[in-house]
Amino acid sequence: MADLLTSTDRGLYCPPGDFYIDPWESVPLAVITHAHSDHARPGSETYLTTEPGREVLRKRLGDDAVIESLPYGAKKEANGVQLSLHPAGHILGSAQVRIEHRGYVAVVTGDYKTDSADKTCAPFEPLRCHLLVSECTFGLPIYRWRPQAELMNDIHAWWLASQQQGRTAILQAYSLGKAQRILAALDLSIGPVLVHGAVEAMSRAYRAAGMNLPDVPRADFTSARATRGKALVLAPPGAHASPWVRKFGPVSTAIASGWMQLRGTRRRKAVDRGFALSDHADWDGLNATIAASGAEEIWLTHGSTGPMSRWLSERGMNVRQIATRFEGELDEEPIAAED
Amino acid sequence: MQRFTKLYFALDSTTRTVEKVAALVRYFSQAQPADAAWALFFLTGNRIKRLVPTGLLRDWIAQTAGLPLWLVEECCDAVGDLAEAVALLVPTHDQTSSEPLHELVEQRMLSLRSLAPAEQKQIVQKAWRELSPTQCLVWHKLITGEFRVGVARTLVVRALASFAEVPPATMAHRLMGDWQPTAESYLALLSGAANEDPGRPYPFFLAHPLEQPLESLGDITDWQAEWKWDGIRAQAIRRAGQLMIWSRGEEVVTDRFPELGCLLKSLPDGTVVDGEILAWRGDQPLPFSALQTRIGRKRLTTKVLQASPVAFMAYDLLEDGGADVRSRQLAERRKRLEELVLGARDCPELRLSPVVVAPSWAALEEAWHTSRERLVEGLMLKRRDAAYGVGRPRGVWWKWKISPHSIDAVLIYAQRGHGRRASLYTDYTFGVWSNGQLVPVAKAYSGLTDEEIHQVDAFVRRNTLEKHGPVRVVKPELVFELHFEGIQASSRHKSGIAVRFPRMARWRHDKQPDEADTLDSLKRLLAAVGQASSLP
Repeated sequence: MADLLTSTDRGLYCPPGDFYIDPWESVPLAVITHAHSDHARPGSETYLTTEPGREVLRKRLGDDAVIESLPYGAKKEANGVQLSLHPAGHILGSAQVRIEHRGYVAVVTGDYKTDSADKTCAPFEPLRCHLLVSECTFGLPIYRWRPQAELMNDIHAWWLASQQQGRTAILQAYSLGKAQRILAALDLSIGPVLVHGAVEAMSRAYRAAGMNLPDVPRADFTSARATRGKALVLAPPGAHASPWVRKFGPVSTAIASGWMQLRGTRRRKAVDRGFALSDHADWDGLNATIAASGAEEIWLTHGSTGPMSRWLSERGMNVRQIATRFEGELDEEPIAAED
Repeated sequence: MQRFTKLYFALDSTTRTVEKVAALVRYFSQAQPADAAWALFFLTGNRIKRLVPTGLLRDWIAQTAGLPLWLVEECCDAVGDLAEAVALLVPTHDQTSSEPLHELVEQRMLSLRSLAPAEQKQIVQKAWRELSPTQCLVWHKLITGEFRVGVARTLVVRALASFAEVPPATMAHRLMGDWQPTAESYLALLSGAANEDPGRPYPFFLAHPLEQPLESLGDITDWQAEWKWDGIRAQAIRRAGQLMIWSRGEEVVTDRFPELGCLLKSLPDGTVVDGEILAWRGDQPLPFSALQTRIGRKRLTTKVLQASPVAFMAYDLLEDGGADVRSRQLAERRKRLEELVLGARDCPELRLSPVVVAPSWAALEEAWHTSRERLVEGLMLKRRDAAYGVGRPRGVWWKWKISPHSIDAVLIYAQRGHGRRASLYTDYTFGVWSNGQLVPVAKAYSGLTDEEIHQVDAFVRRNTLEKHGPVRVVKPELVFELHFEGIQASSRHKSGIAVRFPRMARWRHDKQPDEADTLDSLKRLLAAVGQASSLP
């Protein structure tokens, strides 16, 4: 049943169901695992996503996009194919796509994390299947994440130390997902928190979707000035190198991203601190998910597909690497400030 | 160990000089002398030679973490730093060791030296169970002889000077030469009590590259010009009836150059001369490649000694009659140096670096143009009224180097870099044309901006033709102008040619690969350089 899914130059395609998953070209029906820009591209006729993910996808694609949604776990029938969306634990509304046709089950994980400490999205749900299409962005054993609570302690300690030096703490995080996850976990008793406009826009979409996030002010000239040397500012990656950061006076800069696991990456970004807080599964999470799926065939995409596929092949699994348009080998989360 | 690890990460996690110095001062004021001595030893660039081969370390971590070796190697490649990669692979636990640094070094680390691999493995695995991940990283750096941290020696000196409440120049001098990483010698450094080591050199005074027009230097008679010799900077120290020769890398090299032994008899006791060790025959230098045959060779055969004889080219006097004369004016030091060198009997290997006399800047420039055929790197300009200082201040000594050789070559292979450039493709191999094929002629890592590195990195990823381990063969499409200092015949290189200090001068977006240089043009250059070296 290999033809339930096929890798095309527009993205993953399900021929019997006649839909694409996260296509990078315009298609009639695009099933979207989550609203990050390398998975949700504009221009398709109709989009299908999860109920909780609709607002953020709308924010990304604009008012004109036709977006249908399904609650997690609900089944939709298309040409004899049963399609359902299940929590991936990556960001609000992120989904694994489960496709069933004549008793054969394929699951496309999209981006996912297995750590359930993130309170801003439904926790990852392990699924059994015949074919598993898994991301493996961090598919090397050097990537083993510390618990969120420990990383938040580190962030708080850095914030306090910045205050002692009279520096504003500029914490850079992907404006959709990571920023809200941190916002929800910050200890607001330490000091004032401000957010960049891009983060604010996405947080509004989270609130519209019913997510309860602390209401913190946007970082404008007045709020920045009033909180200099005390505030923690959540901003998109790249902000520390832009003129925008000047209004905060002396700053200490940091990035929250899985890539910060390596000192080299952190130094290259020229920030003071790096926190390896990731929204992707780590080495153990990937291996556990793949094993728990019971899949007889594994397709790998994104990141360390080469080493991960060799590792799994050597363990007797049937593995294939599939290309994506965006990363022959993307080493970075998008670093430019987002809309 | 906790304190030292904390210091390591404090230094590693800031680019601000002030904060680095502050972290160092804090460390020196809190650490026990026995620990601070070792910290100082490592921070000032001393190494204990690799105690554990990196291959074994990879094997052991593969076994301990239950991973295949190839995957460990993938990890090392992705991290770009073996010590860090192995630390990230150590099975997790919650231990942190409070063992003092000097115990870790003297008991655990130094014991590795005399042990067989099986016993070494036990010590390393024990450390993996007891040290925290960050401590492991530092531990790996130490046992593989790769300890480096982003802090310049001058900053360490400044911090220690500040803690000891003495001027940095004083501390720089106290730190020169051989000192032992013990509590006693550390305390002596702070108090200035000891270090009567007769072999102790002075800190080398360094020159800035000349960037402005000559005329802006003012009157030419205020300046002394000398050839910029292409050898090994060294200090010859004649004290207490002994001769010691120190290289700028702060190594004693006396034994490597037996023919300089005559300096012992020719110089009076209490003399320190600054100069350059050169491969030299008759009245002219040999190419630097001749000197290279004398470096890093354990046993000096008669053949090597005959093929590449050396001389000591003296150009400054730092100590005279047992007194430090660095604060005197150059003109005065020079006069005395001339007396000493010209008065030295039976030591033709001791030479005086001649002053290049020119009536005007224009005339000096003409002389400068003859540098290449004289096998020198250009000219040095030194203020006649200046003291022999410390460090590299602007405006006192200028080095005026001749322009390098230049070729256009095509990027053919790429490898990932290390440290700050880990996981980026930053180490490149370049080829030139020979019979319709690109033959590798140079490797270069430096010269591009960060922005350009990112562009080339993206190109490499999208245009990989083959992968050989960490090396990627890329589509021959990008052309770069390479600069290099020297060229020599080499049997070790496929092209038959080796170039010295190659670096990327410019990315030639305007050139197609077929417009790059040919191996023939490099061979012509080699022939021309060879001729120059035989000129009178």
